[in-house]
Parts: sequence; C-alpha cells; structure tokens
Amino acid sequence: MSDPKSEWPLWEVFIRSKQGLEHKHCGSLHATDAQQALRMARDVYTRRQEGVSIWVVPSAAIAASAPESKDSYFEPMADKIYRHPTFYVLPDEVGHM
Amino acid sequence: MYTQAIDLPGQPAQGPASTDAPADDALQAAFDQAIGADRKIEPQDWMPEAYRRTLVRQISQHAHSEVVGMLPEGNWITRAPSLRRKAILLAKVQDEGGHGLYLYSAAETLGVSRDAMVEALLCGKAKYSSIFNYPTLTWADMGCIGWLVDGAAIMNQIPLCRCSYGPYARAMIRVCKEESFHQRQGYELMLALCRGTPAQKAMAQQAMNRWWWPVVMMFGPSDTDSVHSAQTMKWGIKRISNDDLRQKFIDATVPQAELLGLTIPDPDLKWNAERGHYDFGPIDWSEFWRVVNGDGPCNRERLETRRRAHDNGAWVRDAALAHARKRAARARQAA
Repeated sequence: MSDPKSEWPLWEVFIRSKQGLEHKHCGSLHATDAQQALRMARDVYTRRQEGVSIWVVPSAAIAASAPESKDSYFEPMADKIYRHPTFYVLPDEVGHM
Repeated sequence: MYTQAIDLPGQPAQGPASTDAPADDALQAAFDQAIGADRKIEPQDWMPEAYRRTLVRQISQHAHSEVVGMLPEGNWITRAPSLRRKAILLAKVQDEGGHGLYLYSAAETLGVSRDAMVEALLCGKAKYSSIFNYPTLTWADMGCIGWLVDGAAIMNQIPLCRCSYGPYARAMIRVCKEESFHQRQGYELMLALCRGTPAQKAMAQQAMNRWWWPVVMMFGPSDTDSVHSAQTMKWGIKRISNDDLRQKFIDATVPQAELLGLTIPDPDLKWNAERGHYDFGPIDWSEFWRVVNGDGPCNRERLETRRRAHDNGAWVRDAALAHARKRAARARQAA
C-alpha cells in the first residue's frame, strides 16, 4: 500500500506571529510543493490567528550542527567573559553606563 | 518539529544515528544524566532504542486517536441543531485533524515514516484510544464527548507538556491550548440541554449514563496492572500515574455534573472526607480489554471508514504529486 516514492515531501514551517517579530519554527508537514505547503501550513498551524506570515522550507534543505559537536562549537565561548558588559567593574560615580 | 530529514552534514540520510549505534556507556550515561536533570531530549540526541520505540508507539497511537476521534463527531456535523453549533463542531473536528498532524510530525522526528504509521493503523496493528469505539447515538453525545472525553484527555495531556522528549512536549502544548475550547463547548452544550425541555434533559442523562464508565476507563489500567507505566515514568514520558489522573478527573467532574443536575451512574460514588477524594465503584476491566482488543461496539466500523477514506483518497494524493512534478519540470524548462 505504501510506496515510499508516493509519500509527499516534508516541509518545515516557520511563522511570524506578528509584524515586527521574527519567523519562528513551529512544526512540519507533508506537501507536494511549496504552494501547497503554504496552504496546508495556514490550515494546520494558524487556525487561531497565530501568524501574519509563513515560511516553508524543504526539511532536507536544512543543515544542522551535530549534537556531538556541541562542545567544540559552543564551549570556546564560555571563557570569553570579557565579551559581557558585567566583566568590567567601574566606579559607582560613573553611574549607569 | 525538527524532523529526521534534517540531516547532519556528511552523514547518511537514514533515520537518526542513534537507532543503530551500539549502546555506548558514555552515551547512555549522558542520556541518564539529562533525564535525571529533567532536561529535554531532542531528535538528534542519542537515546536508548527502547525509549525511541516507546515514544514511537505512544505518539503514533496518540495521533491515530486524534484522527479516528474525528469520526464519532463527524457523524453529527450535518445534523447539528443550529448554524452556531455546526460551525463549532466543524472547528472542533478540524482541530482533531490538526492535532493528529502535530503528533504524526512529532513521531516522524524519531525516524518512522508517516506512511508506515498510517499503514499500522489501517491494518489493525496499531491501537488508538478505546473511547472512539463507542457510538454517538444522540446530539447529547456531542456534549458528553466535549465535556467528558476531552476533559479526560486534557487531564492526561497536561502532564505530557512536560514530557522529556522535546517534539512531543511542544506538540502537546499546542494541543492543550486548543482542547480547552473543546471541553467548554461540550459543557455549554450539556448546559443548554439540561436547562431545556424534560426530553432534552433526559437525553443528556442518557448520554451521561452511556459515556461515564468508558471515560473513566480512558486513563488506562490500574497502576498495578499497567505494563508500561513504571518505565515511562522513569524516562519522564509519563508524569502522573493512571490511577492518580483518574481520581483527579472524577474529583473535578462530580461538581460539574451536580451543576448540570445530572446523576453520575455509579451508586458507590461518594465523598470521602478522610481521603479528601471521591470514592468510586469497581471498573469493569473486562469491557475495557474487550474494546481495546477489537471487539467494542464500533471497532470494525471505525477502521473500515478510515480504510475507505485512505483508499478513496489515493488518486488525489497521486494526482497532486504528479501535478507538482509536472509544474516543477515546466518551471525548469522555462528557466
């Protein structure tokens, strides 16, 4: 019954909840092409005015960092505390800066 | 929902690497630590095969329940007593379809295909909530499904919003937000009937009599008889036991029934001041198992309806795909 070639491609759905905010990932769905994916995303993910704009992206087009590389990717930032404003101790007289 | 199709660069396209990886001690330790610290597990994280299998089973059954759950209510859309009620029922049934889709997507992040899940449902291998194997005989059943069935489902689903598997927890948050309308419209429907003519009130009571025990059974077997409970609790998939959820549901529902002026069909139901809970009568588990194992009033009819819908829709799915491919080919030619 299920021919793998007949399964509709998978799309990731991103929704802008209101003007001025970024698009945010909200889920995925199957659709034959981008047009249909947009229409389906509207029905599946915005039945209660959750969005004003939708992006759909073929899931296979997304590249992701690997969980195993979490340390090598992100750890080096941990010891660069001089990138944060709180690293610098200033006299009280300076006031808010 | 962070699907399995998001491939790690340079890795084969099949499912998550976790499925075939040997149960490495360090990976297992990292997983245990994450569960212990109540951190979420995400699709690309390593997970034990049994955890993955359990989630696939539970999430896909949950999705099937939403989809089959459209049938008992769909039965009344054309016969809703007013345009207002019809619009509400349509929106509710559409929500159930949406919930099924959120959940199928969440399950797909574990490396199982949508087609495989649908096939498991249609061939009778996969289970779905036994409650949908009961018939909807009168309009009052629409009220009981919203108020009681969805009420029980919410009780079950709220703790799942904190489930250890990220995509499932996120899907449940969306579902729970939408379920609240389902329960409230059901109670409002019951209220209208109970404040109506004596015949309408009698119809509400009859529906209550038919739905009460099946709904109480929705929470599943008693903790002592539940096969999966202990392990799923340990994994942070399940947070509250079947019996505790059942008690919580009964305690919340009794005063709501009193407000409607309906009698709960359980002669042993009474407040226990010492426990601070309602005591209730014995549950007929033989009925529960009969329905779960395929012999409820509507099991065959529900599956047959789903199979017919799937088969009759096959040409539409194929045509849509063919059309999309043709359009893509034309666009390439024009470029």
